[in-house]
Amino acid sequence: MKTLGVILLSAMLTDNFVLSKFMGICPFLGVSKKLDSASGMGIAVTFVMICATAVTYPIHYGILVPNGLEYLDTVVFILVIALFVQLVEIALKKMLPPLYKSLGVYLPLITTNCAVLGVTVLNIDNGYSFLDSLVNALGGGLGFMLALVIFSGVRKKLEYADIPETFKGVPATLIAASIVSVSFMGFSGLFS
Amino acid sequence: MAENKTPLIKEISKGIIKENPTLVMLLGMCPTLAVTTQASNGIGMGLATTFVLLGSNIVISALRKIIPDKVRIPAFIVIIASFVTLVGFLLEGFVPPLYESLGIYLTLITVNCIIFGRAEMFASKNNVIASACDAIGMGLGFTLALFIMGSVREIIGSGQWLAGLGQLVGIDDWKPISIPFVSDNPMLLFIMPAGGFFTLGMIIAMVNKLANRKPPQEIECGGCDNCPMSGKCDKKEEKAS
Repeated sequence: MKTLGVILLSAMLTDNFVLSKFMGICPFLGVSKKLDSASGMGIAVTFVMICATAVTYPIHYGILVPNGLEYLDTVVFILVIALFVQLVEIALKKMLPPLYKSLGVYLPLITTNCAVLGVTVLNIDNGYSFLDSLVNALGGGLGFMLALVIFSGVRKKLEYADIPETFKGVPATLIAASIVSVSFMGFSGLFS
Repeated sequence: MAENKTPLIKEISKGIIKENPTLVMLLGMCPTLAVTTQASNGIGMGLATTFVLLGSNIVISALRKIIPDKVRIPAFIVIIASFVTLVGFLLEGFVPPLYESLGIYLTLITVNCIIFGRAEMFASKNNVIASACDAIGMGLGFTLALFIMGSVREIIGSGQWLAGLGQLVGIDDWKPISIPFVSDNPMLLFIMPAGGFFTLGMIIAMVNKLANRKPPQEIECGGCDNCPMSGKCDKKEEKAS
């Protein structure tokens, strides 16, 4: 049986959501320009991932499975996530305005972030226990943040580089991402 | 709201080349990178997405006057997720190998920006027939992009081409085309995640070169009002600050 530490570290490093599972590429490319927006997005995603897991897991095993409705997973999960993101947004706006101010822009985007739906579905597919799922979500979120923060540093350097005209913008960013991804390949096999 | 009067054939063709969702508009990057280790996976994913897009565009366009504006996003999401579930069942029943190899990314079609983007930008403003044509065009454009990505990665990364296509079309004794020289020394890196980023970067650069236009410094922007991505838009922040 896998220990919680292995699940956490493998979700963070070896199976990094962005760089080896390709989930959440859109925010990875879109929000990684500045360090503070990258870390803000990372925190918001981690938070929503954990909360979404905490809500969808009981729904799957408590409501859908007993009624033989597992095929509704996708529909229910995405609705829960959308609803949840809205709730978090409203709650933060009322209760913690400073935090809302720093995360607010990113919250609506998280609904369509595949990493969040991905982590909830993966938890079910892998047959994790409730605690395992939460740890997996935490690791996935931290890994997402790590990738975003590292990549924002790379992009800062990239801005000053002399790139051929055709490669400017997105192509150069993608190739830089490829190199960062190679560095994450160094972690593979660490926990197998 | 003015109905779009463009000829239908244009609605189809624009998605394939001029407004190719992946290579030009840079939407739906996750599946583009994730499933394209084989050309046949690319085709399968592309067609599955096309089906979902067609279904959701038709339904959303037909219901566009009934769905209240305030709840349109949850409504769109439910419609899209239902079609994704449907496609999941169809693939599981008829092409199980493809279902296995697409895995979780099949579920993730739900959050593919292309589908949501087309629903928001096109289907909610145009009639059913135009929306259907738009969906076919965009879907085929996506499939084409995935096929090109998959071909490049498969040929360089495993030295063969179109492995697994037999399962897709139901031919049992299908043999993949072996590429001379590369098949002895495949560059494994290309079917790994890093190769995906690299190939996509190269292909987009090539499209830029061929189209001989200014490279997209920013993701194309049609104003923040109708943009599903307006939340994360850096321009918006810059304007505000």
